[in-house]
Amino acid sequence: MTSVRVLVGTRKGAFILSSGGKRQKWDVSGPLFAGWEMYHIKGSPADPNRLYASQSSGWFGQVIQRSDDGGKTWNAPGGGVSKGPGGMPAGESNKFVYNVSAGEGKPLTTHQWYDGTQHPWEFKRVWHLEPSLTDPDTVYAGVEDAALFRSADGGRSWQELPALRGHSTGPHWAPGAGGMCLHTILIDPGNPRRMFVAISAAGAFRTDDAGASWKPINRGLKSQGIPDPEAEVGHCVHRIAQHRARPNVLFMQKHWDVMRSDDAGDTWREVSGNLPTDFGFPIDVHAHEPETVYVVPITSDSYHYPPDGKLRVYRSRTGGNEWEALTKGLPQRDCYVNVLRDAMAVDALDACGIYFGTTGGQVYVSPDSGDSWSAIVHDLPPVLSVEVQTLA
Amino acid sequence: MIRVALPTHLKTLAGVADEVALQLPEGSPVTQRAVLDALEARYPVLRGTMRDHDTFRRRPFVRFYACARDLSHDAPDTPLPEPVQSGAEPFLVVGAMAGG
Repeated sequence: MTSVRVLVGTRKGAFILSSGGKRQKWDVSGPLFAGWEMYHIKGSPADPNRLYASQSSGWFGQVIQRSDDGGKTWNAPGGGVSKGPGGMPAGESNKFVYNVSAGEGKPLTTHQWYDGTQHPWEFKRVWHLEPSLTDPDTVYAGVEDAALFRSADGGRSWQELPALRGHSTGPHWAPGAGGMCLHTILIDPGNPRRMFVAISAAGAFRTDDAGASWKPINRGLKSQGIPDPEAEVGHCVHRIAQHRARPNVLFMQKHWDVMRSDDAGDTWREVSGNLPTDFGFPIDVHAHEPETVYVVPITSDSYHYPPDGKLRVYRSRTGGNEWEALTKGLPQRDCYVNVLRDAMAVDALDACGIYFGTTGGQVYVSPDSGDSWSAIVHDLPPVLSVEVQTLA
Repeated sequence: MIRVALPTHLKTLAGVADEVALQLPEGSPVTQRAVLDALEARYPVLRGTMRDHDTFRRRPFVRFYACARDLSHDAPDTPLPEPVQSGAEPFLVVGAMAGG
């Protein structure tokens, strides 16, 4: 008997939505970590009961939470009550400290600020957690200000992979409107030494040596708002998606433009085609059809809501360029929500399910690859992220 | 025994329902630093939530009050008021007032 577990992060806590394989009746549990911003929750592909969550607050900073029982109970790794008579704890699960050691390449201390001046790198929060495909204790964290961290002890401690931030282009990276965040981490399923990350607003990067070195992969991107529209870095990439069976094919939702690469990011071409607008945040790929792609067009960078007040997911079955509007079950009038970059996911059931959450607090599901939609919940806090686990 | 009152979110994180009672090491001066050190040692999850992991600078939106005084800007090694030292009054960790 298969089932799905949808992990929802919101501005005011996390929620777990559970259903059987038909995805018709849902149990809603939460809020977990009530009152905190839950940027992302994700399960380990190697152990679905192992979940990681990013919990943050403007007052109290960053906390990493972990569950070993599928979300029933949680703990900050290494953060339990100390039984000893004193001394500092071994666990440092909340500690994200940039590597500025002289021995690790070229540590950087500044990046470009909104006004073009240089600004110190300052840790703010974890945007995205990406568990290893094979080891439940290994997990990557994409953070603001943009950097990549790794834990190999189940989230008890974190170390930066400093070569990314130390890339020679680092001083030219700049924050997007949401901050300078590393929001996308893709691990190549066939080659664990290869990873892709994306940063707003720097662009996409690839490592082929497990993070020891990184290469900007932005050739073909064209962005207004930077001095050279085709610069090596500076592009506001909103999201990258990949199909497991074809890891060299990447789809990108950029600030404007939907893009495609067939060579692991070495070159990109635009596939916006007939979309009503090619601005948006999330992008995802069907679990079983590598050429079927989903986006949610948003009016513009100034108007973060769907065109004409109609919430429409667009699907391409041709790997881009030719898009169809999916509207059945979605509001087609007076709808002015947004769908954020980490708030779309697909399950792996035979009839692939598509999920997305909105800033209006709805989480929608389509159990038939996007043909029809229904709201699992209507009134959550603004949704920051949606992930789904397909459970045997 | 030093009494510490935490804001709601930190009480939830630490898993405590009420004030925290801390015993400082024998002979230790009762200062902001000593109290926070003891608090973080007892509840490791609170590390980084009130002050920076490495610099120990207070987070901008966290304040420290006691005896109707704002101690947020006192040097961390300044002795806390006598009523806090004696346990008559709690040391208050407060999330700064913000919002409309």
